[in-house]
Amino acid sequence: MSGFRQGAVQGMPFSLVLGPFGMLFGVIATESGLDLAQVMGFSVLVIAGAAQVTAISLMNEHAPVLVVLATSLAVNLRMGIYSAALVPHFGGLPLWKRAAAAYWLFDQPFALTSVDVAKNPKRTREERFGFYMGVGVPLSVLWYIVTYLGATLGDLIPGNIGIDFAIPATFLALIAPLLRSLPHLAAALTSVTGTLAFGSLPFNSGLLVAAMLALVVGAEVERRFVKPKQLKREETGDA
Amino acid sequence: MLDSSYVWTIIIFLGLGTWLIRFSFLGLIGDRKLPAYLKRMLNYTAVAVLPGITAPMVLHGANGSFEPLRIIAALAILVIGVLTQSMMKSIGAGLLIYFGLNALI
Repeated sequence: MSGFRQGAVQGMPFSLVLGPFGMLFGVIATESGLDLAQVMGFSVLVIAGAAQVTAISLMNEHAPVLVVLATSLAVNLRMGIYSAALVPHFGGLPLWKRAAAAYWLFDQPFALTSVDVAKNPKRTREERFGFYMGVGVPLSVLWYIVTYLGATLGDLIPGNIGIDFAIPATFLALIAPLLRSLPHLAAALTSVTGTLAFGSLPFNSGLLVAAMLALVVGAEVERRFVKPKQLKREETGDA
Repeated sequence: MLDSSYVWTIIIFLGLGTWLIRFSFLGLIGDRKLPAYLKRMLNYTAVAVLPGITAPMVLHGANGSFEPLRIIAALAILVIGVLTQSMMKSIGAGLLIYFGLNALI
């Protein structure tokens, strides 16, 4: 339970950015003509802000169902990489816990757990699962509530309050503590330059191509330039 | 007004598809050993994806325009985050700089 509480505490600052983001989604979706049940359906069943906004914007253009699904799922494909990254930590959990972990696998629980693996390598599997759920569950409840508020109180929210900066701000704050070594820096730079260079590829696949390259660059820089002794600290993550 | 079956089809299949992506490795591979090279690459998943999502949002504002204030606040978040290793401090400082300067200008 201490893991859950620590996760909840560390996840709390992100309510400042997820809150406005969820509210913004509620407003956009309602203004696009969705009823309250549909807006809530998105936030409860999909629970992935970037993909939700992508889907709404394509639906506004009356895109075919398959195009909406393919594009929005492409935005979410990065979560497949997250899923793989969690296997060393959660692979031994019972099926229902892995199914639950999959539902809450969004950016914040994943990124905070990644940071925590480096900071507290000695946690047990159950404690780490608790930490992960501690980040995800309260933030998901907040996500439903602010979506509801955005959908019902949409008219009261001013048009431009700089919300579109709060989203990259969240990501930047998640990234910064991860830039702790040369390979991490190299991977991050590859990701940025790659995404900008492949920006014109369809279905948001530029981001995915850049991410693949960044993974290879990170691993290669680690293999060539980092002494094995320095690595121990990071690889002892979990059993 | 959007057609109800159109909207619900998208919601249900996007929800299902997203969960399947999230469940893929956790559900199918389970506790089996991953190859060493793959495991090494997985150390870098967060830094491989998140900067790529973020960079276009920082460089292009809401209406696609270049906004120097955005870049300054973004750099502040990164620098403070790297130095303090604290997400709360870096987010706080970044939002303060962005909204503070926005209000002043």
